[in-house]
Amino acid sequence: MTAAPRARSGKSDAGALALNGVTRRFGDFTAVDNLSVEVGPGELLAIVGASGSGKTTSLRIAAGYEAPDSGTVTLGGEDITRVPPERRGFGMVFQHYALFPHMPVEQNVAFGLEARGVSKSERLAKARAALASVGLEGAGDRPIQSLSGGEQQRVALARALVIEPRALLLDEPLSNLDPTLRQAMRDDLRAMLRRVGVPALFVTHDQEDAFAIADRIALLQKGKLLQCGTPSELYHEPVSREVATFIGRGAVVRAVDKGSSALVTIGSVTRELSVSRPEEAPDRLENAYVVMRPDTLQLSRERGGSAWRGRVINRRFAGGLVVYRVRLSDDVTVDVESTSGEIHEDETVTVTPHNGLFPIVPG
Amino acid sequence: MRTAVQRQNWLIAVPVILLLLWAVIYPNAAVIAGSFENGLGHWREFAASPADREALRTSIIISVASVFASLAIGVPLAFLLGRFEFPGRRLLRAVATLPAALPPLVGVIAFLFLYGESGLVTRIVQRILGMQEAPWRLKGVGAIVFVHAYTMYVYVFLFVSAGLERFDATLDEAASGLGASTWRRLRRVTLPLLMPAVAGSALLVFMNALGSFSAPYVFGGGLRVLSTQILASKLNGAMGLAYVETTVLALSAVAGLVLFRWLDRKRKYTLAGKGGRTRSVIRSRRVQILTSIAAAVIVVALVLPHLMVVLVSFARDGSWTTQVLPPEYTLENYRRLFSESELWRPITNSVSMALIATAANLVVCFLAAYLIVFRRFKGRGLLELLVALPWAIPATAIALGLAATFNRNDLATARILLVGTFWILPLAYFIRDIPLVASAVESSLRQMDSSLEDAARGLGASWLLTMRRVILPAARPGLIAGGLLAAVTAVGEFVASVVLYTHANRPISMEILAQLRALAFGTAAAYSVLLIFLVLLMTLAARSFEERLA
Repeated sequence: MTAAPRARSGKSDAGALALNGVTRRFGDFTAVDNLSVEVGPGELLAIVGASGSGKTTSLRIAAGYEAPDSGTVTLGGEDITRVPPERRGFGMVFQHYALFPHMPVEQNVAFGLEARGVSKSERLAKARAALASVGLEGAGDRPIQSLSGGEQQRVALARALVIEPRALLLDEPLSNLDPTLRQAMRDDLRAMLRRVGVPALFVTHDQEDAFAIADRIALLQKGKLLQCGTPSELYHEPVSREVATFIGRGAVVRAVDKGSSALVTIGSVTRELSVSRPEEAPDRLENAYVVMRPDTLQLSRERGGSAWRGRVINRRFAGGLVVYRVRLSDDVTVDVESTSGEIHEDETVTVTPHNGLFPIVPG
Repeated sequence: MRTAVQRQNWLIAVPVILLLLWAVIYPNAAVIAGSFENGLGHWREFAASPADREALRTSIIISVASVFASLAIGVPLAFLLGRFEFPGRRLLRAVATLPAALPPLVGVIAFLFLYGESGLVTRIVQRILGMQEAPWRLKGVGAIVFVHAYTMYVYVFLFVSAGLERFDATLDEAASGLGASTWRRLRRVTLPLLMPAVAGSALLVFMNALGSFSAPYVFGGGLRVLSTQILASKLNGAMGLAYVETTVLALSAVAGLVLFRWLDRKRKYTLAGKGGRTRSVIRSRRVQILTSIAAAVIVVALVLPHLMVVLVSFARDGSWTTQVLPPEYTLENYRRLFSESELWRPITNSVSMALIATAANLVVCFLAAYLIVFRRFKGRGLLELLVALPWAIPATAIALGLAATFNRNDLATARILLVGTFWILPLAYFIRDIPLVASAVESSLRQMDSSLEDAARGLGASWLLTMRRVILPAARPGLIAGGLLAAVTAVGEFVASVVLYTHANRPISMEILAQLRALAFGTAAAYSVLLIFLVLLMTLAARSFEERLA
């Protein structure tokens, strides 16, 4: 066995954590396919994808629990692909937290320091400080079984932070919390991660978690990276139909690309919409789709001359707004946000697009 | 890192697998090879021997009869205690598993004292009926199955009780809501869902009965079964024939295993309910009284063997002849056990051999279970098989294999002279208890979240620190429970001992048998009480150890 790493101090030497062209196969199945992502110091990157998209495998490769078949993992430019997890000095928060059930809270948090040979008094002092920093002062003696889900999550975080990690890795950190707690923890988690100032990589299947916490999002599908960018970029400037379908709510409708505009035909009515194009897209897309978000459409009871008309099949109250689901044709159903709650289900309405730009993507 | 982990897997797995190959596979292979040492000669001898053919037939008849007798007692008792509330239920529940606490040979001699020709119950019945001779003789298939049913119904009872506890009450409620009568619900819902428990326990009884040695040895009379036949052949020096008989016994066990698996093949569901059914209170006053009387009778029948052994342990040797109860009582039996070194010797022998075997079991089975549960490597299937195999091989067969393999020093063929030494018995006990300890540790480790090991490593812990602080604590309940079971079975072990013991390392069980043969019933019973006491002591020690750590 190799020696445990020294406890690190300061954040100054934290470099960017990067996966460079990483591929991992399990038999015939390619879990991660040539994936490259980089997280800078103090940055929060979310890897988002459905189950089986390879996001957990990517995280395990970053942590050192899996070795890639090809590609490298680097930290601050240093190749750490072959460094085992116990010598990486990363802090990891597991999906079910992986708290040691036979140790009280304090010993759980101090375990990483115990592994580094820190004296008992010093490690308990540090563990208490770490617990205080996640809002759990005085919980040190409590058994793990007595903690609520949210408290367990904080203990897991304190355990990862107390070793002054060179990077933080979080596997579905919010998925075990009930919805109310989840909302509150998003803000707390973001604040705590930002304070640490090291690269933080977390995986989630929930895009709302990712939107709320991450600086940037890497969207994975079947082991391949679809797009990596800020939440706003993924929402407003999707590069493909898959991204547009996965991210946010909205209808993705076939269109004829005319360069700066596109023709969209629904039923028998064709309209021309102004479009924004992905940077790398060709001048004319052969197989084009336009993304219509609920906030880019409006509806009314009035009959327009050449307007899309359809029947309201569902209405959902969402605080200040009402979201109507309108069936415009056999294959196009759109969600429309409205401040008016007067329209009822089964009414026939007119749907008109706003004047802004609609994203156009290749199909 | 994958490669480092793989290297580490092999570093642990190779010694464990080699040890098991050497201790489990090699001796049995030697027996099979020995049976063919002059071609098919020994096999022809076996086939031509009426005694051996009868032994095979009797072994199977006894095993099947024991299964049905155990089911007939265990299933109704589990239902009675699991589904109904009546005065005396708690007492009956408390003593229902008592027979399992009797070491096999002790159960047999208790029955001898109770139901033998000059036994307590036999004499009472004889007096009441005014008969000249004993109304029955405790001999033959009936007697053996009687003892088996008493000691082995506990498996059925425990399995079916556990099944009933997990049984989802809403299934029963759904069936009655659909209009099913009590009998239809029992036949169509409850029993089919309990089948896995019934089949599992029936297999356990079958394997135990097939390998059983003490009851046929003591009550057999002229009756031959395979396990006693093997010892007889060995003592006659007909080793070739003993090898064939051993192979046939082991094959019968494997055939039974395969047959049960085949019968149970269609099962695709498990009982995973939370239980939740409350016991119904018996309302009819008459039924309630009848149930309580029946319960009282069962309690007496279950406790009587224990009480009888304790009573006889105070009887002066040679004084109990034709009386209902022993006429003279004394502390002499116990005094002699503790003061005469020749009589004390078997006790230290049994305890030290059991402790050595158990310690070895804990180390080897912990490593094996750890590899099986947490590691992925090419030899894992083999390791699982090696760990489970001793369970399928009757103890007599294991013992004969050891006798055939470890009878001389020959390092070229990995043989060491152990037969005739102290160490052969601890080795036999170790092999017998491997499946027990390994499965106990395995089930503890399976309850552990496997990401705990990853978490410890991610926090910088070395493999040793992870073992000490994370894996061992998780395995602890299984280690304690498995270690206790191993120590308890080893301290009273008889079947393998009778094949392998020498005068110097004779265990308690052999001394009990020797005293019985010398008609020193009091001394034999005193040893038995001491054995029960040792079992009790170990159980308490394990429990307090666990409580102190928890």
